Amino acid sequence: MIARLWIVLLVLLAPPAFAQGFAGLGTTAEGFALPDPDTTFDFPQDHLPHEGFRIEWWYLTATLSGADGLDYGLQWTLFRTALGQGADQGWRSPHVWLGHAGMTTPDRHFAAEKIARGGIGQAGVTSGPFDAWIDDWRMLSTDNSLNALRLTAGEGDWGYDVALQAQGPLIAHGAEGYSVKSPTGQASHYYSQPFYTVSGRLNLPEGPVEVTGQAWLDREWSSQPLAEDQSGWDWFSLSFDSGDKLMAFRLRDGGAGFRSGTWITALGEAQPLGDDQIVTTPLAHAQVAGREVPVHWRLEVPSRGVSVEVRALNPQSWMGLSIAYWEGPVQVTGSHTGRGYLEMTGYE
Amino acid sequence: MTRVAWGALISHWRRQPLQLVTLILGLALATALWSAVQAINAEARASYARASEQLATGTQAIIDRPGGGIALATYAQMRRDGWNVAPVLQGRIVLEGRQVTIVGIDVLTHPAAAVTGETPDLTESFLAEGRLFARPDLIARLSGVPDLPPLQANAAVPPGELWTDISVAERLLGQTGQLSHLLVLDPIDAGDLAPGLRLRVEEGNDTVQLTRSFHLNLTAFGFLAFGVGLFIVHGAIGLAFEQRRALFRTLRALGVPLRRLMLVLSIELLGLAVVAGALGLVLGHLVAAALLPDVAATLRGLYGAEVDGALALRPAWVLAGLAMALGGAVVAGTGALAKLRRLPILAGATVVVWAENAGLGSRRQAMAGVALAVLGVIALALFDGLVAGFALLAGLLLGAALCLPLCLSLMLRLGHSAASGPVAQWVWADARAQLPGLSLALMALMLALATNVGVSTMVSSFRLTFTGWLDQRLAAELYVTARDDAQGAEIEAWLAPRVQAVLPIRSAGDRLNGQPATIFGIIEHQTYRDHWPLLQADPAVWARIEAGEGVLINEQLAYRQDLWLGDQVTLAGQSMPVVGVYSDYGNPNPQAIIGMDTLLQLYGDVPNYRFGLRVPPAQVDAVRAELAERFDLPPGGLRANTEVKQVSKAVFENTFVVTGALNALTLGVAGFAILTSLLTLWTSRLPQIAPVWSLGLTRRTIALVELGRSLMLAAFTALIAVPVGLGLAWVLLNVINVEAFGWRLPMFLFPRDWALLTGLALIAAALAAGWPAWRVARVPPAMLLKVFANDR
Repeated sequence: MIARLWIVLLVLLAPPAFAQGFAGLGTTAEGFALPDPDTTFDFPQDHLPHEGFRIEWWYLTATLSGADGLDYGLQWTLFRTALGQGADQGWRSPHVWLGHAGMTTPDRHFAAEKIARGGIGQAGVTSGPFDAWIDDWRMLSTDNSLNALRLTAGEGDWGYDVALQAQGPLIAHGAEGYSVKSPTGQASHYYSQPFYTVSGRLNLPEGPVEVTGQAWLDREWSSQPLAEDQSGWDWFSLSFDSGDKLMAFRLRDGGAGFRSGTWITALGEAQPLGDDQIVTTPLAHAQVAGREVPVHWRLEVPSRGVSVEVRALNPQSWMGLSIAYWEGPVQVTGSHTGRGYLEMTGYE
Repeated sequence: MTRVAWGALISHWRRQPLQLVTLILGLALATALWSAVQAINAEARASYARASEQLATGTQAIIDRPGGGIALATYAQMRRDGWNVAPVLQGRIVLEGRQVTIVGIDVLTHPAAAVTGETPDLTESFLAEGRLFARPDLIARLSGVPDLPPLQANAAVPPGELWTDISVAERLLGQTGQLSHLLVLDPIDAGDLAPGLRLRVEEGNDTVQLTRSFHLNLTAFGFLAFGVGLFIVHGAIGLAFEQRRALFRTLRALGVPLRRLMLVLSIELLGLAVVAGALGLVLGHLVAAALLPDVAATLRGLYGAEVDGALALRPAWVLAGLAMALGGAVVAGTGALAKLRRLPILAGATVVVWAENAGLGSRRQAMAGVALAVLGVIALALFDGLVAGFALLAGLLLGAALCLPLCLSLMLRLGHSAASGPVAQWVWADARAQLPGLSLALMALMLALATNVGVSTMVSSFRLTFTGWLDQRLAAELYVTARDDAQGAEIEAWLAPRVQAVLPIRSAGDRLNGQPATIFGIIEHQTYRDHWPLLQADPAVWARIEAGEGVLINEQLAYRQDLWLGDQVTLAGQSMPVVGVYSDYGNPNPQAIIGMDTLLQLYGDVPNYRFGLRVPPAQVDAVRAELAERFDLPPGGLRANTEVKQVSKAVFENTFVVTGALNALTLGVAGFAILTSLLTLWTSRLPQIAPVWSLGLTRRTIALVELGRSLMLAAFTALIAVPVGLGLAWVLLNVINVEAFGWRLPMFLFPRDWALLTGLALIAAALAAGWPAWRVARVPPAMLLKVFANDR
């Protein structure tokens, strides 16, 4: 996916004069490592932090069905951002971690945020086994791979505790994981695990609900993933009932924007999609948090015979946090049917 | 008719502008001293309130570990277990010769981050570069300190504190991986805490409690000043009425109703009081502004309470000042108005038989005075605390003042009976006749002198004791503070072969008597046996401390809890007998000393990075230079005992600057009171001088007699004031100090100070009497002759 939120802090932390693009993601990468097209992934090492890069995230979304017959969605995200370089530990560590958690029902949406310093053990990602956490939110594996995870998060009277089991391989986006984000060459390293099955429990204010469903994990790191003129994006991760999956995004700028995506077959083969292979058309807007947000889309990938309508399960899936954006589960109808997640940023 | 009355009354002031000035100045001075003290108190209180409202954590629940810090890993684990707590690393260091509190916070979790991190770049600079946030006045003072991160002004930071990121605080305090406490952001159950951790609620108003006694002291001084000021006003208003007696009679004879005349006079009085009160407020503001920095220094030095230097106009003290001015004028004016009411229209105006009921009056007064003093003693016996102490002081001082006229009259009678020759007889008799008119002024002088003697005796005794104590207590030649335990151990090892002894200064925090207390551990060394200032001690005190069989407590704790030799003190749950009590000035909190092994056993592995070094005097400089070069010590990490003593003495002297200033001002006011009294008597003097002049004494001689009489009365007053002042000093040292600070001081006598003060009193009296005497010398003979022509 795209720049899913590196939402981060960057806006909180970077001097406003230098904040470029949404959430400061267009800020120059001076001094940090840059994505390199010749890099190949090295697992399980690449599941862990890449501290030479300025920003990085572990980003999981799940579409769920409750024992009560209702549809649900959840989001668990851990961002790392470096305010400077260096490998200092303790309070001198330059890294800051941000966690976002969301939970969506057809008529309600819950969102919460955590923020923590790196280097002191309050947040981080370590191996042996793989363990990603911020405060008491946690993504814990049984081993160093991402094949079997347990995921917990929540705040106050809501939360979730679910187990994930990977049913397919890791998917590299772009050119072997080198994912280009603009015509001028901004890029990131980007892979996913879109084949999770999920079972577990959501804790709603009125009581727990047992759920099952599918989940999608994105891993991405870069130092300047957006071009300066890019103001936001619309990002889709869809799982069709056929077993095929589609990741597609559109980065918005002053002009035509920039599209990219990946077609993933049920067997786990990935096919990059270029700017000219994807058509996104907003069909209807909703009034969300005082702004117009397109919550009903037509998405076409003619080369794959895809022409679907994508509708928000709950149009009010607004993550009203320190950096606000729309993120929620969607229903897919048309040439293909299925479910997925939609993320939209930069709508003022 | 009213207009005529007004015109006539006001024309008096046009002819006697000096009297008008005296009246207004007297009331203004009294108001000024009173409102200055009120303004200082109000400012200090506002400052404490600000501090507890702002970043400081008012009534905040915190988690700490008695006897040590909280490991960073413990904090991280608590966060991972879902505790919503915020870390704080706090400590004091000395920068530019004054203690500042470094408060290291994590801007991402601390509830005050909203204040310090108002803007994104601020947050970033907080994290990335490391910045120190402080109030502008503190920043101004620290601008020259090397090796400090950039300083940034922020009015939300409490006075005397430097707020910064924990990473910077670690560097400045020389500690890593430790936190001092955690702020509890969501309610928790203390039962869930890991062993060793403790939940407690900071009361936040410790400062208010601690400094209460200091402010009570100041307030008492304010009252004294106002009381003395009232004497002046009384004198001045009495003068204004006395001199216009003929005028009142004439106005009444012309048909102005008594009621109307009294109303007009009351309005005149109130108008004068308002003008004088306003002037007093301006003066008071100036005095307060001049004294506030010293008061702030005192409060910081004594209690660690911070008051910033700026003085604001606050309704509380403005109103208090005006109310006192008006109240004072009413008190002083009521007597005069009552006299006017009784004034017979046709009676002669200037014939006043001064000595008339004086004997009876002074005896009654003296009885009331003795009763007051007795009441003061009873108050102290019945009630505990500072207020009872001040009641005793007030009773003693006022009682002595009331007894003064009788004492002086007895002294004069004695002189009279010993006098031979008509002139001498006349001088004594005349002095006795003058006494009732002067007694108020002399009472003011006595109060001012006694206060001066008492306070200066207290301060000098304290200074002597304090200096001796410092020499004992700071026995080590050098004091080292390392950055952390690791550096501490390195330094200790390096020093061992180079100095006579390395005495670790290790302490743990605890609460004794409900107050934060420090528990020190000491190793076995002759230094303590030789130098530690003990007030009370078991014969085997040091052996028992080293064996872990007892505890030394400071005087403050001993007095407050009434704990003495053999009583039990509970430290970290373990009860131990008191084997000694030591004096500990300049620290309001409880303190205890135990053997080092016992400390480590009770409080765990407390930090070990501060040391006292015993070094032969000749080698101090060399060791010091080598230490500084070899180790990267934190700012202020290396100090010679001479420096510490110097700073301590400066704090001490600061403490009493305000007292001294108020003392001097009070004495000035008393001198002024004598002047106004003598001026009041002036008009009635001519009829008394004229017969003596006509009998052949020259005006010059008469003037000298006038001057001498004033000096004699002042000298007698001083003679009485010295013992009263010594009584005051005794109460200050043995009652007020114990209640206010928790220490009792030995009293020393300083006769030279008394002589000096008596000299000052004589000079004040001479200056005050000089002008009336000069007028006597210059009075035209025709005027003296007129006395016979007009009045008989």
